[in-house]
Amino acid sequence: MTLPLTIENITAHYGSTKVLEDLSLSLAEGELVSLLGASGCGKTTTLRLVAGFLQPTSGAIRLGSKDLTRLPAHQRDIGLVFQNYALFPHLTVRENVAFGLKQRKVASAERTKRADAMLDRVGLAHLADRLPAALSGGQKQRVALARALVIEPPLLMFDEPLSNLDAKLRVDMRVEIRQLQRANGTTALYVTHDQEEAFSISDRVAIMHQGRIMQLDTPETLYQRPANAFVANFVGFENIVPLSVTARNGAEVTARSDSGAELTLSQDQLGAIPDRFLLATRPDGLQVSTDPAAVGLPAELGLRTYLGRAYQYQAQAGGLSLVANGPLSQPLETGTAAKLVPNPEQCAILQPE
Amino acid sequence: MPTRIHPLLIAFTVVVYLFLLGPLIIIFGASLSDTTYLTFPPQGLSLRWFENIWEISAFRRTIVTSLQMAFLGTLIALIIGIPAAYALNRHRVSLPAWLSTLFVLPILVPEMVIGFSLLRSVTVQMGVPVWYALLIGHTLLVIPYVIRVVSASLASFDFSVEEAAISLGSHPAKTFFTIVLPNIRSGVIAAFILSFITSINDVSVSLFLTGPGISTLPIQLLAHMEQFFDPTIASVSVVLMMLTIVVMIIVERTLGLAVVAK
Repeated sequence: MTLPLTIENITAHYGSTKVLEDLSLSLAEGELVSLLGASGCGKTTTLRLVAGFLQPTSGAIRLGSKDLTRLPAHQRDIGLVFQNYALFPHLTVRENVAFGLKQRKVASAERTKRADAMLDRVGLAHLADRLPAALSGGQKQRVALARALVIEPPLLMFDEPLSNLDAKLRVDMRVEIRQLQRANGTTALYVTHDQEEAFSISDRVAIMHQGRIMQLDTPETLYQRPANAFVANFVGFENIVPLSVTARNGAEVTARSDSGAELTLSQDQLGAIPDRFLLATRPDGLQVSTDPAAVGLPAELGLRTYLGRAYQYQAQAGGLSLVANGPLSQPLETGTAAKLVPNPEQCAILQPE
Repeated sequence: MPTRIHPLLIAFTVVVYLFLLGPLIIIFGASLSDTTYLTFPPQGLSLRWFENIWEISAFRRTIVTSLQMAFLGTLIALIIGIPAAYALNRHRVSLPAWLSTLFVLPILVPEMVIGFSLLRSVTVQMGVPVWYALLIGHTLLVIPYVIRVVSASLASFDFSVEEAAISLGSHPAKTFFTIVLPNIRSGVIAAFILSFITSINDVSVSLFLTGPGISTLPIQLLAHMEQFFDPTIASVSVVLMMLTIVVMIIVERTLGLAVVAK
């Protein structure tokens, strides 16, 4: 069983502080959507509102046709996986997994059977009689996952489930989570501050900031076509250059920076370019060139750092601080005058704020 | 190479133990004396002062009262204190900091003052019968201990465990008993023992609240000492010590003393 989740115009407060503002979000059946953002952005608040541990000031939450907004948390039928596992310390692994079934009045023999089957699926059948204290972090999170899945909830929610695990295990576990979620076809809401984690397992990602969703899109779109400066910066477009169009020639657009440098950009590659816009690039997409014929932003190079695949420079270009990469073959000294050449494939066009 | 222990350290340890246990040994010896006055070392061996406890009806009555106060007072304090401690810890972020201080304030106020103010308000003003006034006094006396000890247990309890149970369909009230309580069990037991002993030992509060015909054992001991200086006092003390030892043995056998020490 799986159901779509709809969050409509939710506003939430902690005391007099507004933590969510008019937030709306829809998850299709079987879809995994991540809420991604720094701490305090409202992602965990959103999850806790859906779980029923917090009450919204206004707005509605629906799971399928069921209105959850005022339903007590214990009647919501949602599988939750917590950051710190939240296993019951006084119950064995099997009893932990069977807990939700017991609440649903499943008979004892059936309970054990289903708990054991679920433990088998997460590869922990041999630990069924242990107490949680005797498990490693990864094993604990598997038990937590089994405990949430065994009740066959129409919605799964994850609250930073991997942040207490080491890097290698994190990668393994997120694949495992995704496989189980796919296999069951359960709608899932996933909260994380880890961009790679969110992008790797989600159908769509909502990037959040100060209680709002800044952009909700597929990972590919977010990574290549951020909709605004905040998202662009979040996904690594460190350089944002304001430009104005001075001439249009078919798909070719000539634009001038505030300091007077001119660039030629193609709308075929970058999509429609408005008269005033921001050009966003990652350091990788802004190449340092000492060729006098190169078309780019004139800049004075600052500190050079070594990345292994390239050198990276802090550069000053007409009052803007930019970060650009240069070839390994030619390390350049601080103070060198150079051009910063944007690579259109790694650029994004943003509306000015 | 085994570590050599300095002889002076051994001597010092022995002195400390003597200082701590000496008075108890003296009491134990004195209780066995055949004389009609307290003396140590005991002269002659007799158990007649132990028998005397049961012959003096005031002792019999006050032992019962003391046990009633300790049991009921502690029980009521647990019923009030555990939810209070739970609320203070569960909502620590949203509650003002002075609130938890307020609950331990009775420890800071001299017990004499508490006893006297209870006498003025509960006994004199409201006319509450002596036995009930005593129970109120003993309950108030031990509530701060319950809250402190149970709070210490709750401080290391992860409340997301409780949320996990609720999300799995367990009613919040039921969750408290099936999930929270089993995980703070050691704190509750420690609170019970600490409160029980505090209540049994109390003089200051009880002194003001005892009345005609109703008294507690420590108060009766004081009253008895004013009139008689016989080894009965020592015998009662030994009985109390034995009681404590029995309680500790039961705890050790069932839960392990580490539970209380934690």
